[in-house]
Amino acid sequence: MSMNREGRVTRPEMPGAEGGEVATWSGNRALMLEEALIFEIGDEGTTGVDLPEGPAAVRPRLGGLERNRPIGLPGLSEPETVRHYTRLSRQNYGIDLGFFPLGSCTMKHNPRLNEKMARLPGFADIHPLQPISSVQGALALIDLVAHWLKTLTGMPAVAMSPKAGAHGELCGLLAIRSALEARGDARSVVLVPESAHGTNPATAAFAGYRVENIPATPAGRVDFDALVARLGPDVAAVMITNPNTCGLFEPDLKRIADAVHAVGGFVYCDGANFNAIVGRVRPGDLGVDAMHINLHKTFSTPHGGGGPGSGPVVFSEALAPFAPLPTVERDGDRYLLVEEFNRGAAHDDSFGRMVAFHGQMGMFTRAAAYMLSHGADGLRQVSEDAVLNANYLLRCLEDVLDAPFAASGPCMHEALFSDDGLADGFTTLDIAKGLIDEGYHPMTMYFPLVVHGAMLVEPTETESKANLDAFVGALRHVVTRAKAGDPALKAAPHFAPRRRLDETLAARKPVLTWRDPDLAQAAE
Amino acid sequence: MRYLPLTDADRAAMLRQIGAQSIDDLFVDVPVEARLSAPIAGLPHHASELAVERQLKALAARNTVAGDVPFFLGCGAYRHHVPASVDHIIQRGEFLTAYTPYQPEIAQGTLQMLFEFQTQVARLLGCDVANASMYDGSTACWEAIAMAGRITRRKKALLSAGLHPHYVSVAKTMARFTGDDLHTALPTLAAETDLDALAAAIDGETSCVVVQYPDILGRIGNLEALAARAHEAGALLIAVVTEPVALGLIRAPGDMGADIVVGEGQSLGVGLQFGGPYVGLFACKEKFVRQMPGRLCGETVDAEGKRGFVLTLSTREQHIRREKATSNICTNSGLCALAFSVHLTLLGEKGLRGLAEVNHGRAVAAAERLAKVPGVRLLNDSFFNEFTLILPVEARALVRRFAEDRNILAGVSLGRLYPGADALANGLVVAVTETTTDEDVEALAAALEEELA
Repeated sequence: MSMNREGRVTRPEMPGAEGGEVATWSGNRALMLEEALIFEIGDEGTTGVDLPEGPAAVRPRLGGLERNRPIGLPGLSEPETVRHYTRLSRQNYGIDLGFFPLGSCTMKHNPRLNEKMARLPGFADIHPLQPISSVQGALALIDLVAHWLKTLTGMPAVAMSPKAGAHGELCGLLAIRSALEARGDARSVVLVPESAHGTNPATAAFAGYRVENIPATPAGRVDFDALVARLGPDVAAVMITNPNTCGLFEPDLKRIADAVHAVGGFVYCDGANFNAIVGRVRPGDLGVDAMHINLHKTFSTPHGGGGPGSGPVVFSEALAPFAPLPTVERDGDRYLLVEEFNRGAAHDDSFGRMVAFHGQMGMFTRAAAYMLSHGADGLRQVSEDAVLNANYLLRCLEDVLDAPFAASGPCMHEALFSDDGLADGFTTLDIAKGLIDEGYHPMTMYFPLVVHGAMLVEPTETESKANLDAFVGALRHVVTRAKAGDPALKAAPHFAPRRRLDETLAARKPVLTWRDPDLAQAAE
Repeated sequence: MRYLPLTDADRAAMLRQIGAQSIDDLFVDVPVEARLSAPIAGLPHHASELAVERQLKALAARNTVAGDVPFFLGCGAYRHHVPASVDHIIQRGEFLTAYTPYQPEIAQGTLQMLFEFQTQVARLLGCDVANASMYDGSTACWEAIAMAGRITRRKKALLSAGLHPHYVSVAKTMARFTGDDLHTALPTLAAETDLDALAAAIDGETSCVVVQYPDILGRIGNLEALAARAHEAGALLIAVVTEPVALGLIRAPGDMGADIVVGEGQSLGVGLQFGGPYVGLFACKEKFVRQMPGRLCGETVDAEGKRGFVLTLSTREQHIRREKATSNICTNSGLCALAFSVHLTLLGEKGLRGLAEVNHGRAVAAAERLAKVPGVRLLNDSFFNEFTLILPVEARALVRRFAEDRNILAGVSLGRLYPGADALANGLVVAVTETTTDEDVEALAAALEEELA
């Protein structure tokens, strides 16, 4: 297959020619550069790597399976590669660029010290199957992070291997199911409050359970009476998020846990919002049996455009024996990696292995650097500042935006608004796209589902008061335009690398890989 | 507390604005008995950047670094040289510190990269479509089995004895809860992998057959006949690739009839990192795309007709379908996918083939040298950059001794992978890549000659 070396950037007749703007021949706008796909600018004969020499003539031993056709992989020279990805990077908003108030996502500053530490060869260049004696420092680091997580949550055990938050949810539910099976107790139902993350019901279903929803009260909390009324011998677990996805603390969690335990069930807490309470509240004190912790949220490991995450799960005494392997144990001044079942009575009940190796070591290193930097006192300050910032935003905006739960007390680390009061036809989406033009990443839209046109704003603790004041100014301006029915807002963003994208078209006619248009045309 | 910009004066002013007396007023919903009045005991207080560096460097120094010693470990994680520009690019803040591209107008960098990644992966694995990455190869493997179950509405999966035992463990763990019926066996020390036996075991209840290519002992088998047999019985063929560099030189599983091909992408751009984060590759035939788990990036246009990219087909996903989703997977390994994609772009077709040739050439030379050590036998007829040696002694203890006494990381013993399987105890899986030098191979050969004399 030949590669097309001509750029195929779609170029309208007069790009951006509205409002007296000057069109350019290239489609570029000074520092905002259009970038073709690697398939349009690279070719199969180009490489940006000078390889080391192989040995002279050896007889291949590939079992007669030599590749019989080209793969179709374009190559770029090293300078072209660096430019391609640098140009792409400039079409991305990241926390390093500015305020990123995505509710429930916890976009805080990512310290570069963490990156530096994760890249120490002693952590980055070691193999997961090296003899245990040759990785004592790595195991000590895992044990260190485990110790912090157990101490901060007040829980006696932790599974470090889950690869992300949703993987941690699965880990927690599998432990619950194993514990129930171990006592010969077959239960079929998991209760999930309305305001839960969508992963919660998906996880419960993947763990083999039927999901039933529990409604929220008008004050945005789990309906305690409805939940207790539904409890019974068929309920394996309740999955609850605290602070919840309305940005509110669930004051009844302890009472809920007591009621669930009284009927023999378990409490799973989605720990995605641990940032709001780390250092101030220990979930173990509230009766939680299992909770995952998103290291990338609470402990500042970078989100990387969608991952990697890391989702260790802390367990109560009741669930600890069922935690997955492998696990790190300390034996005097030596660390052991327990990978095998039936090795000691302590691990006979483990529900198994969730992932090939030991979890996200690179994330543990970053989280450890952050934990040590902040210390117990700093983490307490983290939750205080995160909560202070969110309440400050709530108070600064509640006169222009409907805040459905503002009357029911302070919010935690995120403030929730609805789209009530906008002009007819104007929605949360328009506010979000208007914020893009103001230079901000929008807040979370249309989540949680319990509020119409939800806008969930999470400032985190790493924003200054001045940043918050500037954001308040911008958001108030956009809201004012939406209330006035400014038609230009419907067409926002105007200044982003792309105008509003047609997501319906993408779903209706999925184009998921690049195909050479010349070849595609010839085939038709 | 260098990461916290609020001053005490700010805090006081903000509390006034809120109308709160103190920060405690904002935590009133926490039951009194659960409120902590001071920093949690048993943990140190905040530390300077210098102090943190010292503490973590001291831990790092207690590990034997792969690059510092003769190193031969593989089995699902491979040591390749990563060009400096790969790490430079993934450390650009706009990639590193971005979130999931939920606002596509200001996430085109990540989205275009994912679209390019999907195309690269689909072509490399020989499939029509690929997703935008998963946690790793082992979880991708289980997701493929679950997907085959959704497509065929059958519960019986046949797993090759040549499949990585950790991948088997992950699948077994999940199957216990989903009610899938997995059939597995221990590998045997034969020169060829077990494709014929697998084909013979397929019946009308089989949802899928899962084979690793090359397999855990390094053996490469032609998948065509197995694919044909699976399709004849209405089952799917799932191929698992743990060393994607191999596909620069050998045929892609999709080209031999595999319906779903999953893989571990760590070899390209990602680095060993003691097992994670890695990047899962997942590709399939186009007709199965709506059953595919994970995120997908698709091409579209913006309001001005310019080409752009968005996350798409999200009606399969957990945030919309909740308990009816194809998977509970929420995150992907975006940054690791970027590293993979950048490395593959630097290599290109020519470079990947060249890299694969160097790997294979060095591995053949090493295998022939090590097989000359008296008492050592080379198991494989075929292999790419990893092969199995049969030693006259138990390999696990030898690997441990070599690490402790000679500073040589000799490979992965089958005793480590299959504890308790006596028939496999003398097997040693040795991986050789472009980073392995002739001196490394000589050092291992000499050590074996001394040890086995």
